[in-house]
Amino acid sequence: MPPATSAITTVTPPATALVAHFAEDEPLRLDSGALLAPFSIAYQTYGRLNAERSNAVLVCHALTGDQHVANVHPITAKPGWWETVVGPGKPVDTDRYFVICSNIIGGCMGSTGPSSANPRTGGAYGLDFPVITIRDMVRAQARLIERLGIPDLFCVIGGSMGGMQVLEWAASYKEKVFSAVPIATAARHSSQNIAFHEVGRQAVMADPDWRGGRYIAEGTAPRKGLAVARMAAHITYLSSKALHEKFGRKLQDREAVTFGFDADFQVESYLRYQGSAFVDRFDANSYLYITRAMDYFDLAADHGGVLANAFQGTRTRFCVVSFTSDWLYPTRESREIVRALNAIAANVSFVEIESDKGHDAFLLHEPELFGAISGFLGAAAARRGLPASCDLEPAGA
Amino acid sequence: MDVRRKRPARQPARVDHLLIAEMVKPGARVLDIGCGDGELLSLLEAERDVDGRGIELSQSNVNLCVAKGLSVIQGDADRDLVNFPEGSFDYAILSQTLQATRRPRHVLEQLLRIGRTAIVSFPNFGHWRIRLHLLLWGRMPVTPNLPETWYNTPNIHYCTIKDFLDLCGEVGATVERSVALNAYGTQIGKGLPLSWQNIIGEQAVFLLTKR
Repeated sequence: MPPATSAITTVTPPATALVAHFAEDEPLRLDSGALLAPFSIAYQTYGRLNAERSNAVLVCHALTGDQHVANVHPITAKPGWWETVVGPGKPVDTDRYFVICSNIIGGCMGSTGPSSANPRTGGAYGLDFPVITIRDMVRAQARLIERLGIPDLFCVIGGSMGGMQVLEWAASYKEKVFSAVPIATAARHSSQNIAFHEVGRQAVMADPDWRGGRYIAEGTAPRKGLAVARMAAHITYLSSKALHEKFGRKLQDREAVTFGFDADFQVESYLRYQGSAFVDRFDANSYLYITRAMDYFDLAADHGGVLANAFQGTRTRFCVVSFTSDWLYPTRESREIVRALNAIAANVSFVEIESDKGHDAFLLHEPELFGAISGFLGAAAARRGLPASCDLEPAGA
Repeated sequence: MDVRRKRPARQPARVDHLLIAEMVKPGARVLDIGCGDGELLSLLEAERDVDGRGIELSQSNVNLCVAKGLSVIQGDADRDLVNFPEGSFDYAILSQTLQATRRPRHVLEQLLRIGRTAIVSFPNFGHWRIRLHLLLWGRMPVTPNLPETWYNTPNIHYCTIKDFLDLCGEVGATVERSVALNAYGTQIGKGLPLSWQNIIGEQAVFLLTKR
């Protein structure tokens, strides 16, 4: 077995990421036709893989997420991004399931991406990194799962771009996905989604410190551009109501407006903070590549223009989730997925959750989301014959 | 609040559910349209080990069902049944929902298209108490089984057992079995002619196939 085996018995993972390396002779074939080799996938695991290797859950992260789903983040020192959902006794119960979360290919938290060293030059890839797609991310995850010796996944779950990966898994690896939970997502990126991403990319590229993507080699960083991109994107993750309730027109540490361009309003100050905190942990080129991958995502187009074709023959159990105030990935996008699944009489549940919190709701305290996930997973686990609790022998022991 | 599926005000043990469960073959694929809080689906999964799905109009009921582990989607019988392929279920069940649909004929046709067998239950507007109520008081009947007034009832397309039989004829459905029930869901009038069942039955359950 490869060195990753030791990770399987990890109960409480260390904050340092585990990494699976794939050598020059094990390339990742990308949708663009390019071969990526060597490459690495950084990942975290939680819980134990059972002897049958049948209780693995893959959590797919969103655009700016990473593999630190349920442990303290090594850079920000904040709790894992989905600690509300993943953990002992949580909806994705690590006492019961073996949870894997990997940094996507193209990311910047240990998996190979544009800030990684290009073996041909020795310097960072920058824009020499091949353009990747959601399917490429999923291909890389499939390689990791194979490396971990896991034949198939009990569940693939994720929100936003994570949900796109869930759908791609269900379409590309039907026999390897027992259940799938795409949350706050869509089977294709809308024109509006692409438009917002383009604003973000242009902000990065307009920063003189971007240096045509060669900022690492030149010792600069497009911090301002990336911060603006994050600020614009952050607005799309919140509902108008959530913003209004949080900030209204309240002023920041002052009694009156200053007749200048300082952050007079709390909402401005908040966005500036979000922008500057983001650049400390995220690579600007990764942002360009990942947003591009999302823009290219159109699952129906990959299957003759009919979304149902993508899932034809599936035996996967689906639970599609959307939020009422999510205008970035509105409920109608989830309904399209449900309609396609109904058209092939697939096993699908669909939950729309009443929330004021906008797209970000999937990351926040939403008891109805938790109820839906644990109920759905519990029923799926019963169908798969998983025991109710984890008094499991670790695999390979 | 579920507005699609009004139960009798008295909450009887769901004998009608047991009756429906008895009609369903073990291990079948079942679609329950207007599945409410999933009571019948849970029963069918527990007693008949069915591969069950549900459609429910009320989002809060859907969320309840999914949290219970049932495969249920939010949807509307009038609009969403067309999305399912022909013959994709062994049974399509419409329990106490037909009278609340906008297009009962369309819904029944869809049921017979999606399911190899359709099971339909509905309140019988031909029941003697309803007839008497209208005759004596000259007002739209409000009975224990149908407790809402005409202006706030979700039940917009009432029919009698005889009316339903006519519709079955029109859409080419074969009645494999029909059962009249009292308000508690217990079978009554067994062996009586249909015109009598139409008088004493407060609800009816039909097992239909497509001719």
